[in-house]
Amino acid sequence: MIIFFSCVAIGLCLLMALPLVRCLFGPTVLDRLIGVNAIGSKTVVLLLLIGFLYERVDMFVDIALAYAFLNFVAVIAASRYFHKRKGLYEESFMD
Amino acid sequence: MDILVIICLVLGFLFFLGGAVGILRMPDFYSSLHPAGKLDTLGILAMVMGLALYNLHHFSLEAVLVSIKMFLIVFFVFLSSPTATHSIVDAGMRAGLRPWTQKKGKE
Amino acid sequence: MVSANGPAQGSESAEKETGFSFFPFLITFVLMFVTWIVLSGKFDALLLGLGVISSLMIAYFFHDLLFPNVKPGVMRVCFKFLQFIPWLILEIVKANFHLLFLVFHPRMKEMIDPHIIVFKTNLKSDLAITTLANSITLTPGTITVTASRDGVFRVHAIDRPSAESLPGVMLEKVANVFGETL
Repeated sequence: MIIFFSCVAIGLCLLMALPLVRCLFGPTVLDRLIGVNAIGSKTVVLLLLIGFLYERVDMFVDIALAYAFLNFVAVIAASRYFHKRKGLYEESFMD
Repeated sequence: MDILVIICLVLGFLFFLGGAVGILRMPDFYSSLHPAGKLDTLGILAMVMGLALYNLHHFSLEAVLVSIKMFLIVFFVFLSSPTATHSIVDAGMRAGLRPWTQKKGKE
Repeated sequence: MVSANGPAQGSESAEKETGFSFFPFLITFVLMFVTWIVLSGKFDALLLGLGVISSLMIAYFFHDLLFPNVKPGVMRVCFKFLQFIPWLILEIVKANFHLLFLVFHPRMKEMIDPHIIVFKTNLKSDLAITTLANSITLTPGTITVTASRDGVFRVHAIDRPSAESLPGVMLEKVANVFGETL
């Protein structure tokens, strides 16, 4: 079972490369934000898997919980920060 | 029991893979939010459920508490993920980004 | 909780003036204390005492933040909401497989058709509007863009089938949970 967990953890690490591409080459800031959010939600599961590998789940589950909170707060803060930038690309069409 | 855990983990991995591929393949960020925001949420649900089941192998009070904490993570993600998605969409709308549509793509 | 329900209903007019009601205070305290126990995981007298003190302080300061107005039918709403959750999860899983199929399809750019639809509902309370908006966002294929207070929803849908199914069953379920008229 430990071997299977290691395989899943390595697979998740490889999977993080795909949103990282979007993070690096995204055309707008919001594309990069989506990439960061996706990487963060994979990291929560990865932390739990690391906890099982080191047999310290009781400690790592707290870290994963705090990381989920931090991920949420980071996305909210960043998107609120870019809220006021009118005309990132084109003219506004909501009005 | 182990088989159930493996099924959960593989299913969650599949959802994560779909989310990651979808972020790369979708034409603009409004439509790439669909796989990013929700396939990831369901991936977390499946994987953490599997891990919580595996954690209950050695039944004790501490194991039950750790499993409850894992469900707390799932509950929190289910509350926060729509909020984060909505926040990003709102920022894009106020910045005036026009959504990609089928007609515009064919031009 | 049931025993505290009686006096909270009876002296509702008096509470509005003083700004302190007992029932939200009790619920907040119990919720905070359960969270403390789950997160700490130890049952020493010292830790439990600290938990009681801090939960009391938080419940005293923020009792009007979490449950601002408690109506008599709140237990029924909670019960109906618990019945709503399994249906929602089943719907999420079904729609997720559809989105997964869409993502891995080789000719995806021809199959998707993103557009924005606008529809109006008669939902009144904030909680119902929030629940409907979050449920729409969690169901793949649709994202709530704006949800105004008088019940107008703008929804970004990724293709035609997920857009057509929208204001139907989910709105009925949410209206049923919160006892609103359609």
